[in-house]
Amino acid sequence: MSAAEDRLPPLRRSSGSVGRIALIVLGIVLALLLLVAPLAVIFAEAFSKGVAYYARNIVQADTLHAIWLTVLTAIVVVPVNIGFGIAAAWAVTKFRFPGKKLLIALIELPFSVSPIVAGVIYILLYGANGLLGPLLADHDIRLMFAVPGIFLVSLFVTSPFVAREIIPLMQSQGSDDEEAATSLGAGFWQTFFRVTLPNIKWALLYGAVLCNARVMGEFGAVSVVSGNVRGETNTLPLHIELLYHDYNAVGAFAAATTLTVLALVTLGIKTLIEAKGGGDPHRPRH
Amino acid sequence: MAGALTARRVLPGFGPTMGLTLFYLSLVVLLPIVALALKTGEIGLARYLDIITGPRVLASFRVTVTAALLATAINAGIGLLLAWNLVRYDFPGKRLLDALIDLPFALPTAVAGIALTALFAPNGWFGAPLAAMGIKIAYTPLGIAIAMAFTSLPFVVRTVQPVLEDVRPEVEEAAASRGARAWQIFRKVIFPTILPAFIAGCTLAFARCLGEFGAVIFIAGNLPEQTEIAALLIFIRLEEYDYPAAAAIASTVLVAALVVLLLANWLQARSQRHSEKTP
Repeated sequence: MSAAEDRLPPLRRSSGSVGRIALIVLGIVLALLLLVAPLAVIFAEAFSKGVAYYARNIVQADTLHAIWLTVLTAIVVVPVNIGFGIAAAWAVTKFRFPGKKLLIALIELPFSVSPIVAGVIYILLYGANGLLGPLLADHDIRLMFAVPGIFLVSLFVTSPFVAREIIPLMQSQGSDDEEAATSLGAGFWQTFFRVTLPNIKWALLYGAVLCNARVMGEFGAVSVVSGNVRGETNTLPLHIELLYHDYNAVGAFAAATTLTVLALVTLGIKTLIEAKGGGDPHRPRH
Repeated sequence: MAGALTARRVLPGFGPTMGLTLFYLSLVVLLPIVALALKTGEIGLARYLDIITGPRVLASFRVTVTAALLATAINAGIGLLLAWNLVRYDFPGKRLLDALIDLPFALPTAVAGIALTALFAPNGWFGAPLAAMGIKIAYTPLGIAIAMAFTSLPFVVRTVQPVLEDVRPEVEEAAASRGARAWQIFRKVIFPTILPAFIAGCTLAFARCLGEFGAVIFIAGNLPEQTEIAALLIFIRLEEYDYPAAAAIASTVLVAALVVLLLANWLQARSQRHSEKTP
């Protein structure tokens, strides 16, 4: 042990102790059991009857439709919640007004709502016996147990994702640059695209990536409102459940590999963006 | 400076962005929650109490809360250990581990559910050796706790990590110079500093466990009054078109989650004030 090492307090020395090695090994073993094993078992089960069988499961019409509906939901929901996130962040961080804390709490509220409860509140609003049910029925509009219901609950569940990433960043950056641009005659769009966007682009992308992952993977809320019609209102997570309960575990795990790869890509992009300084790496996210 | 004398320049866009934000929040967030409140109100207090004190509902609350407490205890230990390792030690694969911590948030809950069930089923990688020892996890309350622990693992790690990084070496040096040993330094100096964040992380994890659905239902067994969680019972009542029961249980779960999260917010605000006060 060097003299400099020796002067460090015991818990900050980098060499030596048996306890330190024991803790590291224990941590790695636990991570392997808790985090790596579930990942490994998905692929092991999916390929347990060979690659050809796996491929046959993936290209099944119902699975392909579920993949398409999942992608479609993300195409509809993610841009809307990016727009909402930007508008909310601009309103909250660039102006002073009473009730700001309440507004931020309201923006983050969906994080606190259990997915099942999220589905239930939409049924109680738009379902046949819901608050607006009779009104919708009069106009022959069906939202619940149909694709629009899937879009609506996905909007609810993921509405805070983008706002939550960019609000703290825009707060810490202040408004000096925007005020300078405005004093030079720039309008809202010019100020936003030329001044604000370059400053927040990584955090914005980060929020959008997390939002996308949650939309594509949402299960509970979608399961309540979808009606689970095979080949019609089944998203990928619902289709996985259906295959699993059909005693087609290999098919379920094959479909699950697509979402697992999406999760791994999301983690990869997240790590890259953090390396670029966007986002706060150590804030818990849902 | 001339600029400082004039009024603070007002940026454009307040009306449209605020209008859009309030409109969207009202439509997507507030309106459905109002529907839940009204539908629960329609039931009347007597019937509401009748529903949520029914034996099957009470059992589902008990199963959910017990499993959530156990999962939180598991996460408290593992989360603290992982946060400590990531902040204090260098080891091969550290960056990969740091990235993997968020896997439970990125992996869809249904995928996590079938993966954990496959692992812990009696013929699974973990289930088979455990079964040989006479321990059954899948389709028992233990399985529910494991699934909850998986989906909420990142909370403790990610709330403790930044506070642990901010612990200043000087405090530890002072303790060491007075002859404190490693364990004493941890217990007397470091742990009190990270305690508010640690409790806040545990509370967030607990709140998440209370509402978890996708990861749990595959491994739970879902036997009424034994391995049936509250979220599943809401789902079952909906499928039976028993909307009053679904609304009553759902509003109870929602209020419980909000109370727990308010507590977590308050603890986190306290821990931030604490870290600002100690320079």
